[in-house]
Amino acid sequence: MTLAVKSTDRKSPLLHPLPVRIMHWINALAMIIMIGSGWKIYNDEVLFGWLHFPDWMTIGGGPEGALQWHFFAMWLLMINGLCYLVYGFATGRFRRKLMPILVSEFIADAKDALRFKLAHDDITRYNAVQKLLYVGIIVVIVIQVLSGLAVWKPMQFSELAALFYDFQGSRLVHFLGMAAIVGFIVIHVGVALLVPAALKAMFTGGPRVADPKAAEPPPGSVPSEPVA
Amino acid sequence: MAIKTPSRSRFRPLQGVDQSILDANKSLIDEIDRRKILRGAVSLGALTMLTGCNVTNQDAVQSVLKAVSSLNDEIQQLIFRPNHLVPTYTEAEVLKPPRFNAYYDVEDIAPVDGAKWKLELAGLVQDKKPWTVAQFAELPEQELIIRHICVEGWDYIGQWSGVNFRQFLERIGADLKAKYVSFRCADDYYGSIDMATALHPQTILATKYAKQPITDPFGFPLRLRTATKLGFKNPKWITAIEVTNTFPGGYWEDRGFNWHSGI
Repeated sequence: MTLAVKSTDRKSPLLHPLPVRIMHWINALAMIIMIGSGWKIYNDEVLFGWLHFPDWMTIGGGPEGALQWHFFAMWLLMINGLCYLVYGFATGRFRRKLMPILVSEFIADAKDALRFKLAHDDITRYNAVQKLLYVGIIVVIVIQVLSGLAVWKPMQFSELAALFYDFQGSRLVHFLGMAAIVGFIVIHVGVALLVPAALKAMFTGGPRVADPKAAEPPPGSVPSEPVA
Repeated sequence: MAIKTPSRSRFRPLQGVDQSILDANKSLIDEIDRRKILRGAVSLGALTMLTGCNVTNQDAVQSVLKAVSSLNDEIQQLIFRPNHLVPTYTEAEVLKPPRFNAYYDVEDIAPVDGAKWKLELAGLVQDKKPWTVAQFAELPEQELIIRHICVEGWDYIGQWSGVNFRQFLERIGADLKAKYVSFRCADDYYGSIDMATALHPQTILATKYAKQPITDPFGFPLRLRTATKLGFKNPKWITAIEVTNTFPGGYWEDRGFNWHSGI
């Protein structure tokens, strides 16, 4: 499906405009620091007796260093994440790329994905499984920030901590959020390696896509196949 | 393990830094700090592109992390709600005895002799007469059934009573506009808290746990219990309190843990 590329000119926006790429890689760095240091902090008082993270996988050396890294990278993650949300809503990128998610499409795409039939030949369009994963991970990260604030400030933000039941409830949610993010990263990186064009696009910006405003059908016209 | 007898004065000279010089050159000092942070930030950025290379500028990374930790102290002061009461619990939920923690094991604690014990006062305090156990027993008591949260991640509900710390500071004529209250302990532990936390309605100098005098492992005869700080910010076996504007640090804080550590 090369229609999208053909119908665009030099002035059309790139698949991943520069701000998206910058925010993506800042987020990647912040996430690695948060997860690595978080594992070290977790090790000091484990939630599950069978689970300790080996030291070589952790960041910070001792617990005090891990806490320093964690409370450094949290600013990176939060400020960058807020910029991303504002950008995604303000430019319409979320609506264009992640909506709608149709149940029928999702079932068909999920079946294909489970058979490793990855139809990523057009990297400018997300299938329903991808859309759900990307929406899902954004929601998980928002919850992760909230549960993190509840673990950090269970008394100042006692109302927030109560949403997670109590301090240990907040810790558990924060742990499960981490597990979900790690699960996402495994799939996300795995697919990026299977479809190198997608990975390359996050560095170069990828192909030019039709101007989103031009792609919108004029009022009253017969809806055609979406272009981008 | 025997503990060392506290020497006469274990406080640094108060006139150590001439504050007026610092004030006069405030912009210069701020500028230096900003430059250091910028330099460190650049190094940290470069670090991410140098995976596999030797980290030659570890000090710069450390200074960035320290600067951010100090920044986090300031932000925690801003977040702090001076009159927000934390959740309290019922007697049925209280853990007896409480969970022990110190920078050594429970076998190594050195009990304090209540008959000989004295609380020394120093710094920006009008009445520096030392206090005895008997004098503390006469003070009005406030009871707190609150959650104790350790920086490691564990917690329990404890029932503490003793004099409200703000009332005590008022009684000794402490300068309530000072920045810090610092503590020295019989086991050579030391620590400090910000004045806003000292004046919070749920901060007490505890003498009792579950209505009984605090036992040796938990800080007899006097310890701090503040509802809005991590466990390590609650010194046990307190022997001296100083009200000061000079940043006092603390045992764990000087080893890299965040100073404010408010919860």
